[in-house]
Order: sequence, then C-alpha cells, then structure tokens
Amino acid sequence: MSITYLEAIREAQAKALADDPRVFIYGQDVAAFGGAFKATKNLAVEYPGRVLDAPISEDAIVGAAIGAAIEGYRPIIEMQFADFSTPGFSQIINQAATLFWRTNVPCPITIRLPSGGTSGSGPFHSQSMEAIYAHYPGLIVMTPATVEDAYSMLLEAVAIDDPVIFCEHKYLYYHLKAPCLPSEAMPVGKARIARAGRDLTIVAYSAMLHEALAAANDMAGEGVEIEVVDLRTIKPLDTDTVVASVARTGRLLCVGESWPWGGVTAEVIARVATEGFGLLDAPPQRLNAKDTPIPYHPNLWSVHRPTARSIIAAARNLLRM
Amino acid sequence: MLQTLESCEKAEAVSSFRERYLKAFRFMLLARVLDDKMASLYRGGKIHGGVFLGRGQEALSVSVGMALRKGDIFAPLIRDGAGRLAFGEPVLDAVRTYLGSALGPMRGRDGNVHRGRPREGLFPMISHLGAMISVVNGALLARRFKKMEGVVGATCVGDGATSTGAFHEAINQASVEKLPLVLVVANNQYAYSTPTSRQFACADLADKAVGYGVGVHKVDGTDLEKCLQTLEEAVTLAREGKGPRLVVAQLLRLCGHGEHDDAGYITPQLKQSPLGRDCLKEAEEYLLRRVWADAEGIRLWREEATREVEQAVVTAQHEPGPDPYQENWSALASRYLSERFEIYDPAAGS
Repeated sequence: MSITYLEAIREAQAKALADDPRVFIYGQDVAAFGGAFKATKNLAVEYPGRVLDAPISEDAIVGAAIGAAIEGYRPIIEMQFADFSTPGFSQIINQAATLFWRTNVPCPITIRLPSGGTSGSGPFHSQSMEAIYAHYPGLIVMTPATVEDAYSMLLEAVAIDDPVIFCEHKYLYYHLKAPCLPSEAMPVGKARIARAGRDLTIVAYSAMLHEALAAANDMAGEGVEIEVVDLRTIKPLDTDTVVASVARTGRLLCVGESWPWGGVTAEVIARVATEGFGLLDAPPQRLNAKDTPIPYHPNLWSVHRPTARSIIAAARNLLRM
Repeated sequence: MLQTLESCEKAEAVSSFRERYLKAFRFMLLARVLDDKMASLYRGGKIHGGVFLGRGQEALSVSVGMALRKGDIFAPLIRDGAGRLAFGEPVLDAVRTYLGSALGPMRGRDGNVHRGRPREGLFPMISHLGAMISVVNGALLARRFKKMEGVVGATCVGDGATSTGAFHEAINQASVEKLPLVLVVANNQYAYSTPTSRQFACADLADKAVGYGVGVHKVDGTDLEKCLQTLEEAVTLAREGKGPRLVVAQLLRLCGHGEHDDAGYITPQLKQSPLGRDCLKEAEEYLLRRVWADAEGIRLWREEATREVEQAVVTAQHEPGPDPYQENWSALASRYLSERFEIYDPAAGS
C-alpha cells in the first residue's frame, strides 16, 4: 500500500475535519465534485455541511474565511490554482495578514495553493507564488516537498493561529508516493537536510527538491558529495540550518521554481552573505525559472524551470570557482 | 372597545418610536460633537494622520447602529461615527485611536477610523473599499454553523465602493448563501472628488439589487425618521431569514473626504438641493415641531455630549503612546514562528 502527495493532502483535511469541529473547507468545486484535483474527494459526504462550494470570487472567499476566523473557526480555503489567488490577494495581504497585529484577534486560516508547473499548463495554471506572499508580514508560507510533509504540515497549518499560505506542488500530486502517512513530524520552520554531503550545498524546496536530489545522486557518481537542504517552510526561513550547511561545504547553490527577481533564492543568498560571508569559498549561485511567463509547449517548458540537468551544470560551474 | 385597544397600541408604538428617535438624536449629536472636536484637534496639530468626519451622514449611520442589537455584527466605514456609538462603541475608543493612545483598542498600531473590537462584533475597517462585506458574510456563515439564529450583520459603504470587485463578489456571495446581511450604501454623491456620473451609469444604485437577487430599500438619508424606519425594516427582514438586503440612501457629504480636503469640488447646486440638508438640524427641527424636546433640553444634551468628549480627550491625552522599544515587532499570533529581523536604528547608533 502506498499514498500519494495528493492523497496525503486529502487525508490531512479529512483528519482536520474529524478532529476539530471549527474546521471547514470553502472553495470552488470542492463539495460534491471533490475539487479540480480531487483533493477534497468525498469530504462533503463524510462531513456534511462543512465542505462548501464557493462562487468564483476569490476576494469574497478569503474575506469570508477571515470573518469565520474572527468567529473562532479554522477555515481551509482551496484556490483552484495558485495563479487564481491573485484576485484574493488584497484580502490575504491587507486583511488576513494584518488582523492579529492590528486587533490582537488571530486569523487562523489556511489557504491551499495548488502551485507550480506541469507540462502543458501554460502561463495561468503554473505559477509559484510563495515569494510574493512571503514578502508580507503576518503570513506563514509552507512549501512541502514530500508526502510526509504535505500531510503533517497541512495539519500544522490548520492548527497555527496565523494565516498560512500552503503551497502544494501539482507536479508532485501523483508522482510522489510514500508507504504510509507519518506519525511524527519536524517542527514548523525547521529545514531538513535531505541529503548529506561535503562539497556543495544546494538549497531547494517543493518540487525543486527532487530535481536537486536527482542532480546530487547523478554527481555522486563523479565523486562529488552534494548536501541538499529542503527549506520546508520559506517563511519562517531556517537560516541557521542553511548557514550550518554552508559552513560544512563552503559553496551554495539555491534553486527555486519561481521567478528570479526578489524571490526565495535571492533571500537565502542575502542571508548567507550577511550572516556567513566568511564561510563561502566561492560566490553563491542561484537557479530560477526564466524571467518570462511560463510557456505552454513542453519543449519550452522543459528548459524554462530548473531541472536536474541545469542544476548539474550550475553545480559543476560552482565547483570550478 | 376594539377601537380603544387599537388606539392604545398606536399610542404605545408612537411612544416607543419617540424613545428611539430621541436616543438616535442624542447619538447623532454626540457623534457631531466628537467629530467637531477631532477636527479642531487636527487643525491644532494634535492628531497624526487624517481625520474623517461623518457630517451629513449621521441620520443614516445612527439608524444602522440603532437597528442592530448586542450579538449582531457591524462593520462600519469612515463616516459611521454615529452608528458606532449607537452600536455601543465607547467615545473613549474613538478618541484614544485618534490620539494614538497605547491603551486604545488599536494600541497605536492603527489609527483614526480603523478601529474596532472584532470579538464584540465591531469589525475594524481596512482602507480597501468593499473589503469588509465578505468578512461580515464569513462571520454570519460561522454563526450559522454555530446554529445561532436571529443574528444580523450590517456593513456600510459609499457610492464609490459599489464599483469595486469586492462589492460585487460579496453581495453575490451573501445572496448565494442567503445570509442575514444588511448592506448599506450611503450615496453621498462623491467618492473623494469623483462625482457619481463618473462612478456608475445605472439610473439608480438600488437597481443593482435585482441583479443579485437581493431585497432593496431606498431612503432619504437626510431624514432621521425615514432612516430609522427603513433600517429597522431591513434589519428585521434579514433577522427573519428573508436574505440579504441592500439599503441605498441619498445624501450629501457635508465636509471634505478628510479634514485635509476643502471639498471645493462639491457644486453649490447640490449643497442647496434637498440632498444638502443637514440631517442633524432637520432632526432638531423635527423634535421641536413635535414638542418631543425644547431648545433648552437640546442645549443641555449638547453640553452633556461636549463634557463626555472633553473628558475622553483629557483622559487620552494623559495616556502614553506606544513605546517602539517595548513593541515586540511581531505580526504573528504564533510568536514562536516570528523571525528576528535586525532593524537599523540611527537614533540608537547601532
């Protein structure tokens, strides 16, 4: 028996609904249909009245979640695609993210963003939006890369008293499997050493973790030992684990699927440069998607985002510096 | 016999309406006195940031607050000082927030009209127009989950907000969920400086209700009697489960957008039209006409309101502002997840 990343997300929501009467799910097509990706399959039947279809109104969906949170509820919002969270952006950053700071009343909402690229999805069904949400104070941003994290971090997201942007990667939905659901988890905000090494540190998260691991395994054949850090949450960002890894390897490559300008990779490098400059044996490097909208055609898409192949090239270059 | 009973009931209804009218009038008076005081403190340089008055909109606003009960939800907008008082917001909350007292509900973190006590059903507005409507919807949805019946949520917007996507999404959402929402539109003829001719092209904002499947009420916002009756009716219908209501009031803002604005764009024709009537003066004349109050009584009420406001100002002026060195600078309720960002502080020389 095995469980996919997507099933883990479904199971986490089922458990949250079962364990806490304050939890409900609100989003487009989430009820009888079970969600565009079936992440809420059968939940409307199992938890009648607690899984609600919403009109195509992302602003009002988030606004309603905030109102329910003020009343003590813990809504889970499904944005059908991360890309469609932009019409709800104002409510997320202006209302949800500021509520506690302004009023001392917490805003425990979880906003699930089916994120990232899959072949053929094009400019409006492929975006990775973690960096723009992380920019705003008052939000937690999770980017689980494993089945275990998808499950345990979603449960944590619901339990946390703050608004959580839960970036679940669509590419991992069906590809990634685990033998069973986890019974324990690392604390929120702690990064994980996904692979130990001594020659170079690759910092990655979400689907890019798997590209980084594939690159590291490939290079192990050449006698290069790459350490791979999985950030798990990009806000808070576990700078300590990253700096400690760079202290071991002296070299840093950051990989992110989102665009380069001002993103997560830029933030990681800024922090390592300010807190661990002396640990670096070479200039820190980064790899991101190209600075264009996300292309539809697989020929274009396959080189638009970082892959194991482009990571290997960047790593080789960095090792020569 | 039957006739006597009927006339008795009628007399009781009149007496009860008289009580409500008098109560509403005194909240309007208090709101006007409070506004005037804040404007004067602003001109004296005693208030940081803006001051936003409700002058000319008190009759409508107070009627919203009067129609609601404890346990209801109210998300006021910038010109709802009177409605806030009627809903139960203490004068001191307003004054402390304007003067930046650390003891106010917003503790200096937010100011002026951006205040409230969400746990007591008074939601603090953000600046983005139309944004509070769906928040009230969500709270009403939560009340439905809790199986609480007879709860109403009311929120106020201006004519400008009716052009936002947030307004459209939220009124539609309320209608789909058949929520007990009362959405009050104060058509005060200008959104900041933009006249309604540049805001919408429908004949009447009330026509929008049809498109959403929402019940509608129209009212002259300068007439307290009509406002009280209309809001009472709208709130009662929402409370009875008849679905969301849209209330559209016609009036004129008798001040600038904020005290920084001289409102030179408001045309003299509008000021001299029936819309330009001051609802407070109209209500005062109504009281005198019906001999429900005399000039001396009103003068005493005004004095009482002035004392209350002055007392709140004295209290708040003696209170400390927020201390930046005691501030925890964390936006998270889960403090354990807060990141430490070093802040360069030239004053501390670090």
